[in-house]
Amino acid sequence: MIRSELIQKISEENPHLFQRDVERIVNTIFDEIIEAMARGDRVELRGFGAFSVKKRDARTGRNPRTGESVPVEEKHVPFFKTGKLLRDRLNGG
Amino acid sequence: MSDNTLTRMDLSEAVFREVGLSRNESAQLVEGVLQHMSDALARGETVKISSFGTFSVRDKAARVGRNPKTGDEVPIHPRRVLTFRPSHLMKERVAQGNKG
Repeated sequence: MIRSELIQKISEENPHLFQRDVERIVNTIFDEIIEAMARGDRVELRGFGAFSVKKRDARTGRNPRTGESVPVEEKHVPFFKTGKLLRDRLNGG
Repeated sequence: MSDNTLTRMDLSEAVFREVGLSRNESAQLVEGVLQHMSDALARGETVKISSFGTFSVRDKAARVGRNPKTGDEVPIHPRRVLTFRPSHLMKERVAQGNKG
């Protein structure tokens, strides 16, 4: 399933909404999650899962081609943990 | 890091502000989006949201695990797990936003 198919399905269920509004709605949801994580916030969607930010400490990396050591700065990365309900559904629950 | 937690309510509120539907309908739309994504994943489909990320279902083989407390061997059955791969844009925004 891709974004446009998701928009299509929501549109079909909501014939009173213009497709461009459904697009804005779907985009708003995903943008809001990204903006929250950019602030360092967590987004917890019970039954579906939780988006959070994890800190990766600075480390010394290596250029795999040359074998040279390169310093890698501390950074923050997005993380998703699947919710219990969805995890159970994946396994036929 | 501000360390707040957002929920469905905050997403509905954002939809409410953006599109001007009722709060109730905004909440239903947020729920509908999560429901459709969950349904697709439960069918084993990959859900690919451009500039957000990709959710995919992976099969894990059976293996022998261990109870870390007692050291007892316990069989872990084959199962399906969900993995999320953030888009380049999400990684970029999260890295920039939390810098320093």
